[in-house]
Amino acid sequence: MGGEFTEEADMEVLPSMWPEDIGSEARKQFNMEQPGANRDMLEDVTIKEDPSVVDFKRLLELTNYSEKGSSQLTYLVKHWEYRHTNAVRLLNEELNILSKQRQEVELKKLEILEEHRFEDDKHAGSKRPVSILEEACDVWGRVPRKRNDVAAYNRNLDIDAEYDTAMYWKQRALQLEKMLQETIKREDALMQKLLENIKNLETQSSPVEELSQILKRADNFLHFILQTAPVVIGHQDKELRYRFIYNHFPRLEEEDIIGKTDEEIFSGAGVKEIQDFKREVLERGSPAKREIKFDTPLFGSKTFLIYVEPVFSKAGDTIGVNYMGMDVTDQVARRERMAKLREEIAVQKAKETELNKTIHITEETMRAKQMLATMSHEIRSPLTGVVGMAEILGTTKLDREQRQLLDVMLSSGDLVLQLINDILDLSKVESGAMKLEDTKFRPREVVRHVLQTAAASLKKELMLEGHVADDVPVEVIGDVLRIRQILTNLISNAIKFTHEGKVGINLHAVSKQCPGCQERHNQGLTAALQSTRLAKENSSETQSYIDRESSHCSTCQNNLDQNSTEKHHLTNEDTEKHNQQYEKIVWLRCEVYDTGIGIPEKALPSLFKKYMQASADHARKYGGTGLGLAICKQLVELMGGNLTVTSKEHCGSTFTFVLPCKVPSKRENSDDHDENEAISDSEITADSSSDEINGSFVFKPLTRGTLFSSDGSMVCKTKLFGSSMLDALHISNGLSESDSYSSNDCTSRKRLSSDRVSAISDAKKMQAEPKGPAQQSLGHNVNDFGRINKRDEGCQDSTNGFVMHKFDSSIMDSSRTQRNTGLQQGKMASSERANMAESVKSLPTCQSPTHEKEDTCMSDGSSFKILLVEDNKINVMVAQSMMRQLGHRIDVVNNGLEAIRALQRSHYDLIFMDVCMPVMDGMQATRLIRSFEENGYWDASVTNGNDHTMTSSDSLTHGPDAGQSRKRIPIIAMTANSLAESAADCLANGMDSFVSKPVTFQNLKQCLKQYLPC
Amino acid sequence: MLGLGAARLEADMNRLMALLFHQGVLDEQFMQLQQLQDESSPNFVSEVISIYFRESEKLLKNLRSLLADRECTDYTKIGIHLNQLMGSSSSIGAKRVRTVCLAFRAASEHSNWSGCLRSLEVLEHEYCYLKTKLHELFQMEQHRVMAAGARYHPALS
Repeated sequence: MGGEFTEEADMEVLPSMWPEDIGSEARKQFNMEQPGANRDMLEDVTIKEDPSVVDFKRLLELTNYSEKGSSQLTYLVKHWEYRHTNAVRLLNEELNILSKQRQEVELKKLEILEEHRFEDDKHAGSKRPVSILEEACDVWGRVPRKRNDVAAYNRNLDIDAEYDTAMYWKQRALQLEKMLQETIKREDALMQKLLENIKNLETQSSPVEELSQILKRADNFLHFILQTAPVVIGHQDKELRYRFIYNHFPRLEEEDIIGKTDEEIFSGAGVKEIQDFKREVLERGSPAKREIKFDTPLFGSKTFLIYVEPVFSKAGDTIGVNYMGMDVTDQVARRERMAKLREEIAVQKAKETELNKTIHITEETMRAKQMLATMSHEIRSPLTGVVGMAEILGTTKLDREQRQLLDVMLSSGDLVLQLINDILDLSKVESGAMKLEDTKFRPREVVRHVLQTAAASLKKELMLEGHVADDVPVEVIGDVLRIRQILTNLISNAIKFTHEGKVGINLHAVSKQCPGCQERHNQGLTAALQSTRLAKENSSETQSYIDRESSHCSTCQNNLDQNSTEKHHLTNEDTEKHNQQYEKIVWLRCEVYDTGIGIPEKALPSLFKKYMQASADHARKYGGTGLGLAICKQLVELMGGNLTVTSKEHCGSTFTFVLPCKVPSKRENSDDHDENEAISDSEITADSSSDEINGSFVFKPLTRGTLFSSDGSMVCKTKLFGSSMLDALHISNGLSESDSYSSNDCTSRKRLSSDRVSAISDAKKMQAEPKGPAQQSLGHNVNDFGRINKRDEGCQDSTNGFVMHKFDSSIMDSSRTQRNTGLQQGKMASSERANMAESVKSLPTCQSPTHEKEDTCMSDGSSFKILLVEDNKINVMVAQSMMRQLGHRIDVVNNGLEAIRALQRSHYDLIFMDVCMPVMDGMQATRLIRSFEENGYWDASVTNGNDHTMTSSDSLTHGPDAGQSRKRIPIIAMTANSLAESAADCLANGMDSFVSKPVTFQNLKQCLKQYLPC
Repeated sequence: MLGLGAARLEADMNRLMALLFHQGVLDEQFMQLQQLQDESSPNFVSEVISIYFRESEKLLKNLRSLLADRECTDYTKIGIHLNQLMGSSSSIGAKRVRTVCLAFRAASEHSNWSGCLRSLEVLEHEYCYLKTKLHELFQMEQHRVMAAGARYHPALS
């Protein structure tokens, strides 16, 4: 075999496996280890002498060492050998034959030459063989030609000459000569043939050539296949140096690659890995596949699927690796995308199931809530029945005892309702279904009511205090029910855990936005206001301030009409930051403090959690659901505020919440109050108004019975009235406190009597003694205030409310006096005073009952004239009846036109105007009335309609007092839909306020109080 | 307190009222109405209610006739009628009637004939219900007064 290889080595000619077309390319896809000369390997022949032996050595080595290569070669060589030994054998045989013949012929020649020599010797002297031959030449020349056709091997020479004669020998020699020549010729021919054969042999394909052809085909095939395949094929030796590489994406010259390792060629992510992988394959000796991510500066981020197989030597040692890499970046990306998608789908599915679960839970919760709602409804329904019926019962004639019982019933019923509402509320807040209903309310009243309500159920010797700072607006907008709920909750909590001392509410505004701009607005008042603020604890000063204000106002505004009064009223409101036409946010900070048992530090975090109380002990001792604070917190947060607590054990706790509230624009002021008002009788209202002025309330410990002391004359039919009655009672109770009453029934009765006495006396005072102690001019009232206040403060520490009571009645007296003396002026003054007071409503509130009483008492021509413009019979009936109960008589007309006619006929103090009416609606009528008030004549449209009435009415109205006739008559709209929009419409059309239908006692009363000066 | 029959009747009445309240047929306004009834006008509520019924029946009839023809329906007129009905219903506290009226009015504002018709049907139903129930109530009231008369009458006179 060795021989074969040498032969191959010689044949290095190998036309290189690589197709010619790629040879010229600068960057070859095929890079073979053929240092230097490999460029020539395309030209078969020249390469022959090339030193490329060296580089082929590697291939040799490879084929030598690697079993695969050697076996392939062996097979090829054997095949070739077999064919050629055959040929050689045949040729040799022929050669043998030929040489035998030749020897024979030469032997014969020698014999003949022997004979000739003899002959020559004989005839040496006489004849020259040449000459003879010359002659004979012709003969000979002919003979061979003839003989040529004769068989060459004719050994028997025919000689026709006589044997042993000279002729005979000559002939014989010639014949032999010819034979010899023939033989030589044949020999030549054979030789030629041999040469030809040899030549043939030479030209015949050598094993190398055949091999190379096979290889070339394989190469072409491979090339054909690999031309566009995104693969890299390579072979690396034991040290992982590239010996061969085919790269579809050539970026490097082969000298950059061959003989180097991956790590030397590339850098970046993945290179180390592939190196390790190859090494691993080398070590393990078994092929493996792996996907490797590269991120190299050379070709960027790509993923290759690498297949590496080890190459063994015949001895079984690994001598290198073949490796094949395919760019699968796209596939990987796609796969990853798929994976991601699948993952997303999975996530989606998970979410879906989660959602389903949530939905399920929600449904469950809803069902539970539904059940809760149904349950509470089930409880509520009969309860409402009880309460409702109790209220209805309250409308019937009852004696005092019955009424007291009824009130207990009502308040208990309310309590139970409240409890149920609590539970409902919590679930509502939690489910986010709680909606806040913004209404206008008066923080002072809320605080007062809460305290009153708390005092109503108070069974301990506790002092309940309330303090509302002056900077708290009179009215704010918020969900009063919820705020109240929070306060009530906190207060009842405080009371529950407080055994002695006091419980109270502090309410003040905190500036989250700079209030300075508003204050600058009316600097005149600012100073006074601030002084008021500074002295806000000192209620007497506040009072005097207000009184000063009021006196000031009344003096400077005597000649102005109602309209400007209102303006001034506005200015006054400004002290409460109330002036803005747009809504403004005020942050109210409310502190509910107590001197109770306090909350241990460790219980604070769980305090606001549901069903949690400071400790199980507490729960046992104090009861309760543990829902209260949770509700409070959630409600406060729902309203955009926060609730915090500070506490010291055994000293008390303070719950503080801060709430943003809108401040209503002035125009809509005091239109509708959801607040219950204390309106039952003069004392009560007087007290409440004073409370509002002061912003301080104190409820001393009192006893249950007193709660139910009520003035028989009071109209107390609905729940609302009931609670307002309670309010009144607490205050009146406080009043009697100064007389140090301390115990139930008898006390209450006593106090009742005293109340009644005082009420009666008040009324009497109003009626009979117009020149009472407070009958002086308004200017003097200041002194009165101070005096009374001081005196009262002296004897009963901070019960300002009661002081105010007295004071207010004096105001009323004075106003009454004024009215009696000079009707118009008195009206003005009182209305102004009403405006002076911090609350728009408070004083009128106190005044109207007086008026009522007066009406019922006097019921003569001096009562007010009220016009009701309403087309709906039912509404007319109801309103009429209500007015009658309120002690007013009203004229009724059915549409706007009739209203104008009625106005032309006579004067009215107040008009209730339906908005939607046939012929002329309320808006139009109001516009016309207003334009009349301004211009002094009726609009053409009306004038045309009733010429005669107009003139007469004109004379009528203008006659007595022009100024008065042009006074702005309060017109109150009665709207079926009390939406803000229609309210704005009403106001825009010149109406003063509006009552939403259906008209209720309360609305009516409020309006009357506000717009009917007394 | 009261005679036995009267007590029972009153209980029945209250139950009925409670029912009406809970069903939302009536609201507080009805109580206001009741408050208006006193010695000076002992039959105030029933008077008002009967006027209400009289008026409402007229209105309902008108509404029915207004809605008779789909093509020439005067929606403004319907609106006026409804306002009337709404006004009086809210005055007596007929809450559900009022609510239906609201829906009716919304339908009429959209000139939605079929909606109007549907509303009218509901309205009539509600109205009938209210009427029967209130009749029932007044009947009981009458009986009660009669039963209680024995006790109250001398007191009153």
